[in-house]
Parts: sequence; C-alpha cells; structure tokens
Amino acid sequence: MDKMPAWADAVLVPLISVFLAAAISALVILSIGENPLNAFSIMVEGALSSSRGIGYTLYYATNFIFTGLAVAVAFHARMFNIGGEGQAMIGGLGVALVCLFIPWPHWSLALLGATVIAALFGAAWAYIPAFLQAKRGSHIVITTIMFNFIAFSLLNYVLVNMLKPQGSSDPATARFPEATHLPTFQSMFSTADNVMFRNAPANVTFFIALLACVAVYLLIWRTRLGYELRSFGQSETAAVYAGISPVKITIVAMLISGGLAGLMALNTTMGEAERLVLNATEGAGFIGIAVALMGRSHPVGILLAALLFGFLYQGGTELAFWTSIPTQLIIVIQALVILFTGALDNMVRMPLEKIFLNIRKGDA
Amino acid sequence: MDLAVIIQVLDSSIRLSTPLLLACLAGLFSERAGIFDIGLEGKMLISAFASAAFAFTTGNVWIGLMAGIGASLALSAIHGLASITFRGNQLISGVALNFLASGLTVLIAQNWFKQGGRTPTIPEEQRFQDITLPFADALRDVPVFGPIYSDLISGHSALAYIAFLMVPLTWWVLFRTRFGLRLRAVGEAPDAVDTAGVSVIGLRFAAVGTCGVLCGIAGAYLATSLQAGFVKEMTAGRGYIALAALIFAKWRPWYALMACLLFGFLQAVALRFQNIRLGDFVIPVQLMEALPYILTVVILAGFVGKAIPPRAGGEPYVKER
Repeated sequence: MDKMPAWADAVLVPLISVFLAAAISALVILSIGENPLNAFSIMVEGALSSSRGIGYTLYYATNFIFTGLAVAVAFHARMFNIGGEGQAMIGGLGVALVCLFIPWPHWSLALLGATVIAALFGAAWAYIPAFLQAKRGSHIVITTIMFNFIAFSLLNYVLVNMLKPQGSSDPATARFPEATHLPTFQSMFSTADNVMFRNAPANVTFFIALLACVAVYLLIWRTRLGYELRSFGQSETAAVYAGISPVKITIVAMLISGGLAGLMALNTTMGEAERLVLNATEGAGFIGIAVALMGRSHPVGILLAALLFGFLYQGGTELAFWTSIPTQLIIVIQALVILFTGALDNMVRMPLEKIFLNIRKGDA
Repeated sequence: MDLAVIIQVLDSSIRLSTPLLLACLAGLFSERAGIFDIGLEGKMLISAFASAAFAFTTGNVWIGLMAGIGASLALSAIHGLASITFRGNQLISGVALNFLASGLTVLIAQNWFKQGGRTPTIPEEQRFQDITLPFADALRDVPVFGPIYSDLISGHSALAYIAFLMVPLTWWVLFRTRFGLRLRAVGEAPDAVDTAGVSVIGLRFAAVGTCGVLCGIAGAYLATSLQAGFVKEMTAGRGYIALAALIFAKWRPWYALMACLLFGFLQAVALRFQNIRLGDFVIPVQLMEALPYILTVVILAGFVGKAIPPRAGGEPYVKER
C-alpha cells in the first residue's frame, strides 16, 4: 500500500520544497539588508506587468522548456544528463552553420532546416557519452560533465579559428543573413497603433517549445518506446526480462535528450542573437535540471517550472538594476530548488507520509 | 628550450597541481566511503571566498584558512544531510551545492565589499608566504640540481607542502589504519560493516567531513596563495578536473598525485605557450585546455585499463531491506 496518495506525492512534495526554497531565499535577501517583499514586487513589476517584461520572461522560459524536457527524458530512463549545456552549444554550432552557409529563401524554411540540424548536432554530442554508458559502463554523469568542457573548447576553437569574420576580435560568427531572422512576438502581435512586446526577444521558437512539450508527453506516455523507456528507468532487470535492450534504450533516450537540448539554440542563436556567440547557453542547460526536478519530469510540470524560472530570470535582472541585489540571487534560488526538490525531497516526504498515515489510521 | 624555461613551466605546474591535488584527495575520501561528490568545485569556491574575506578583514591568513575550511565544511554538512541522512540523490545534491556556492559567494562578496563580487586585493604580507627551504640559496649555483632544488622544490607556500604531504598521509590512513579499512569497506559493502557493529552513517559523515576540510584548504590556497584575493568563479572548473583526476587515478592516492601533476602540467603549458607549433602542425591552446577532460573520457571508456568506482558509490545505505 502506498503511504500517501499519488496527488500528494506529485503536487504537495514539490510545492512544499519550492516554498522552503523561497523562504530561504527571502532570508538571504533579508540578510543582505533588502526587503524581500519589496524585492518580490520589483520582480513581478519587471517580469509580468508589461508586455515587454512578459516577452523576456517567455524568451527565457523557452530555453528552460527545451533543457528541462531534455533532462526529464533522460530521468525517465533513470539517467542524469548534466550535458545539456554542451549539447546546446553544439546545437548552436549546427544552427550557425545552417544559417550562414545555406541561402534560405524564407525564414520558415530556414527554421525547419535549423530545427533538424540543431537536434541532430545536440543528439550527436550526447551520442558518445550514451554509447560509452551503454557499451562500456562509463558513468554518464561524469562523461557528460567532461563533454560540457570539451564542447566549450571545441566551440571556442571553431569560432576563433574558422567562423570569426576577419578583423573581428570577438569570438563570434558574422550576423546571420536577413532571410533567416525569425519573427519576434513584437512583429507577430503588434498592431499599427499598439506596439506589443517592444524589443523583447521572445520569438516564434516559443511555439516550437510548446510543441516539444506535447511531443514529449506523447512519446513518454503514448508510445511503445516511451513505455520501454519508463520500464527501463523503473527496473533494469525487469526491462531486460521483458526483452527490452538496455543498450538501445540508453542510447535512444540520450539521443532524444541531447536533441531537445540542442533545440534550445534555435531560441538563443537564431531567435535572439542572430549570430553564434561563445557563451550563448548562459547556464540554461543546468537550469534544465532544476526545471525537470521541479516539474517532476512531466511536460506540464516542466512548462510551469520553466515559466517560473523565466520569471525569476527576468525579475532577477530587473532586481539587479533597481536594487543592490546582484543577479546571482537567481543562481542561489536555482540551487535551493535543486537541493530541496532533488536531494532533500525525503526530508519533506518523510514527515508528510507520517501525517497521511495518521489520517488513515483515524479513518479506520 | 633551456633548463630555466623548463624549470619555470614545471614550477608553475606544481602551483597549479596543488589545488587539484587537495580537491582530488578530498574526493578520494568521500568516494571511497561510497559518497559521490561532484560538489568539490563548490566547496573550493566558497572556501576561496571565505578565506580571502577573512584574511583581508582580520589581516591574519590563518584565520582566513580556518574560515575557508569552516565554509567548506558547512557545504559538506548539507551534502551529508542530503545524501546520508535523507538518502537523497548524491549527484543532484552535489550539483545544487555547486550552484549554491557560485551564487552565494558573489552575493555576499558584493554585499560586504561592494567591488562587483570580488574581495579587495590581499596585501602581500597577509597572504601565505613562499617558504624557502634550507640551503636553497646556497645550492642555487650547483649545475642542474641547484635550480631544481632552489627554484622548483623550494619556494612554495605552506599549503602546497601540506598538499603534497597529504598524499603519503592519505595512503597511510586509508591502507594502514583501522579507520581506513572501515572507510573503504563502507564504500564497497556497507551492510558488512553494519553487521560488524560499526556505524555506517558515522563513517560516511567522517569521510564527507574530511572531504570538506581538504576542499577548504584547496580553496584557501587558490585565494590566499596562488592569487591575491577572491574573484567570481575563480575555481574555473578545477573541481571537475580534480574529479577527472580521481577517476584517472582509479581512486588511489599515489596515482592521484601523478594525475594531478599531469593535469597541472597541461594547464601550465596551455598558460605559457598558447598554440604549440610542431613542424607544420599547430596544437591549438583549446586542445590543451580540453585534454584533461578528453583523457578522462578515454580512461572511463576503459580502453586504457578499466576505472571501476567503489561498489556502493552513490547508493544510500538503508539498514533493513
């Protein structure tokens, strides 16, 4: 018999964890001599009260949806892919090559091509760690960490020695041609006399992220592959007994995970910067871990968690602008969310289980 | 390339190896006891900040060192709480602590010193001084041996010598004491240790604590010896390189020394030469930077001998199943 109902485990545990993380963050803000309520209202003001702020929030959320889904798919097969950062960097390289060297007639075709290549490049970068895990038993966590660093060095080399325009000292590619520029929310939703989302970087990629949520839901819960993936994650021995190949599932799960992480580059590289810069990922690969944990690896949860982190990112930027609180506050909050939802979850779950057991005893 | 240049590169290799070695031995204690720790980076970082902040404000570098160790131990305590007491996911806990350190250091540094998330520069006399070993000056003119002794072996800070002395000490503790035997046993077969009436939880906390102390020294070395104060993200991935070195060394102390010297040497070469020209072929600096990671992946892949971690590594211990 379960110790507590499924809804409590799925909703209550993460909610309490997030509440704990928020409470400690408030203490941190207090201890550096700022008012947490005031800070929160500045964040809401900056991130949600104007269409421009919302545009930024959705832009960040787009990144986190992709990386969160990437981590989640690997989680379902009981693997921890810390390599989203590197996979997104290499995905960005693919996007840059496609945008720079293929003369696209229209942005929609360019987006289609870039989507395929970003996913392929990201998946390719996840393939080696996946192969080593499946065939040689090398721990995927360590290899994906190593591949993040290797990706950075590789990207640095390619940018400095190959893709950098002549005479430029910046390790970045040239601007992408006009035809590959994606429609922003501003161009999509503004009317002649009412400009919406002014200068906000949110773009059409957001809808691809939503599609990815639906696709991942269908994959995990409505296909045979998803079933195999989950059974492998629940019990490897049972999965093997049922005729599921561990090698195949490990590699396929990581390829999908890497592909999703790679897609993030569409948003940052093609949608926002319109050229490839060295630090395009800005840690979004790691935030995916927090997002996946908080969203309990379910697309709906991930969407909500990504929106929350998008809010935190945009709000945090505003906070740094108006107060003496640096943007690193967001990293602290992110760390606390990961800690409470991913590592200290039993601290929340154990007392809750006791409470529910007591309630049941009362009923009986 | 003459002897002087070689000595210079080797000297800088030793300086860069020192924090790697301390962190690597820290990870060795923890992982030998069955607790994975990818939070080495975070512990070093928070110690680097705490040691620099306290060394600067009190003017006493030893107080700085203690503060650094204390800060690092605090993170160890959280890691222990999460992974031993509450049987949480050790990898996720490590990741979280790395972010916690990365955010908190800048947040507090900005709040205390208002210099954009760094500490002020610590004056020369408030840092760890380079120690000149006996006869270093007298022997300098002896050919070959002289420069090696007086420029390479002599002239490092106390923490560097501590780091290198930690290697035989770690070996002795792990392989020649009762505590070491139990610690290794708890990483391989905790149920056996438990059956023998020894506390699994106590041993694992001891290991995680030792890890915290060593990471604390590593961070203090970075901020008060190698450099003159704390700057944002100053560990720059050293915790991960140490982790790589640990795997490279297959969780053994003397091999850890070799691995850290090798990785320190790679860093020193990358720092000094940038692109290396071999005839027509140029080795780009990026390859030198990535080499420790590539080598670790190759080792992990098991093509050059297999790296097998302690058997109970990463598994929380549940008394009754």
